[in-house]
Amino acid sequence: MSEFEASANPQTGHTEILTLDPSLKTRLEARRVTVMYGQKAGVKDVDMPIYTHKVTALIGPSGCGKTTFLRALNRMHDLTPSARVTGEVLLDGVNVYAPGVDPVEVRRKIGMVFQKPNPFPTLSIYGNVVAGLRLVGIRKKSLLDEAVERALTQAALWDEVKDRLHAPSMSLSGGQQQRLCIARALAVEPEVLLMDEPTSALDPISTQSIEDLLTELKNHVTIVIVTHNMQQAGRVSDFTGFFLNGDLVEFGPTNLLFTTPKDKRTEAYITGRFG
Amino acid sequence: MQQAPVQPSRIKRPPSALYRLLGDRIFFAVILLLALSIVALTLGLGYYLYLGGSQTIQKEGFWGFLTGTTWDPALKLEFGIWPYVVGTLITSMAALFLSVPVALAAAIFAAEYAPRWLAGFINYLVDLMAAVPSVVYGIWGIFVLAPFLRQVLYLPVFLWASENAPWLAPYLGNPSGYGMFTAVVVLSSMIIPFTAALSRDVIQLVPAAQREGAYALGATRWEVMQMVILPYARGGIFAGAMLALGRALGETMAVAMVIGNGNILPYTLFGPASTMPAVIALELKEAVEDLHYSAIIGVGFYLFLIAFIVNAVASYLLHKLKVGEQRA
Repeated sequence: MSEFEASANPQTGHTEILTLDPSLKTRLEARRVTVMYGQKAGVKDVDMPIYTHKVTALIGPSGCGKTTFLRALNRMHDLTPSARVTGEVLLDGVNVYAPGVDPVEVRRKIGMVFQKPNPFPTLSIYGNVVAGLRLVGIRKKSLLDEAVERALTQAALWDEVKDRLHAPSMSLSGGQQQRLCIARALAVEPEVLLMDEPTSALDPISTQSIEDLLTELKNHVTIVIVTHNMQQAGRVSDFTGFFLNGDLVEFGPTNLLFTTPKDKRTEAYITGRFG
Repeated sequence: MQQAPVQPSRIKRPPSALYRLLGDRIFFAVILLLALSIVALTLGLGYYLYLGGSQTIQKEGFWGFLTGTTWDPALKLEFGIWPYVVGTLITSMAALFLSVPVALAAAIFAAEYAPRWLAGFINYLVDLMAAVPSVVYGIWGIFVLAPFLRQVLYLPVFLWASENAPWLAPYLGNPSGYGMFTAVVVLSSMIIPFTAALSRDVIQLVPAAQREGAYALGATRWEVMQMVILPYARGGIFAGAMLALGRALGETMAVAMVIGNGNILPYTLFGPASTMPAVIALELKEAVEDLHYSAIIGVGFYLFLIAFIVNAVASYLLHKLKVGEQRA
């Protein structure tokens, strides 16, 4: 991450860092994203770039809007009748909220992993991984087999399950189930992977294995991870956004945000004065 | 605010060990007694049904009584219940097959697709359907359904067949409006609410995380339904269907009113037949011979056995279908 060291100046905003590192590309960009639950705003006017093949962490205290913002990125709020999203989310320059854009297509390109592992209990390990592929009409066994091995390998689960691919998915441990869900999301080769506190229901060893995984995974896919654990954000992410009361207070390279926060509230949060 | 000082006198002493021991014992004894009373009631019911029917069952033989096809309480005093067994099983199964798609569709629509006010209305009607007494369904069968089916189905087909395909005539039966098929339609309308209500509840109980998992993979609404919701809810849907089947097997009044009450082995859905509950209800008051009386109680015994077997098979299948959180 030396490319950011050059700009370790408290006065420097992230836009300037962009100019310092021309290799950085924007995969996803939120513009003035607001999510309303009835009359109450979940997040307000958030602008944030998500850089290609980087891990972006969203941190903040409970109820600050980080998960709400994450779910706005792949149109999951469409499923909640009371939620309304305004603003734009550009995926490779195309607004996913534009009229005529199919939310089903959006979610195929922007995958998601949830807080609690949610494998489909009636399907086998294999069946879970290929669920998304079958939805797009892939039936050929050789293709499916190939995708299963690739996705499970990427999710660091292959060695543990390769001899029992057709065992029920519920026979796995919690950590394995979460990696299975990651493999399920990766199998459809999304461009972006959204992770909503993916380790909050897991023990420390499983958490460790998923964190290790992220560093490897970002070579294939752009990752946005919500976490309430600042240490985790520090360990795994390249960029961090700090949310408070529905506002994006500060966004920047993780090492800068944690060492030289520009906002008093960010400083208070990362030094543990609240949250 | 000043904290009130703790007053030791107001704190109850913990109950004595003897009290706790006795409390547990007494509670345990009470629930054990109540639970055992269910077992006793069931076994007792079976036993006394057998006892009441034993005179005829012993005369005809356990299998002979079941598989005999002649039911003649008047002249030969010969009793075989096979026509009624077949009538019961066919009407119940046919009603089940007719009702499950409708019930499931109503449940899915109410739980997943309908706006809230419409779903509430549908749910209210479904619950109402379950609460209507069966004799009312029977009246509806006699005054509405039977004439209607006769007019639009039985009679036209009968007239057509007598012109063009006389060999079909015996299978069509008398175009009276009363018969097995009418009973099946009445029965299936009666059992729809059982499957529908239970299916609706289990569909609504499918965790949001499951739905979202499928949506996040890029599933459409229909794909979420078939990939996640129906597989997850299958146990409950099956349980609803079994509840409906149990209800259909035991349904008496409405069926007796429209099935035509034939006492021969049914060979067509469109002729008269009878069912085990119907024959019990209709003949018990008229039985004068001991053997006849005992035969009717015997029918009750075999109905009890059938219900027992159906329940046992259903609970085995339910166990197989259950989607558990437990590790394998």
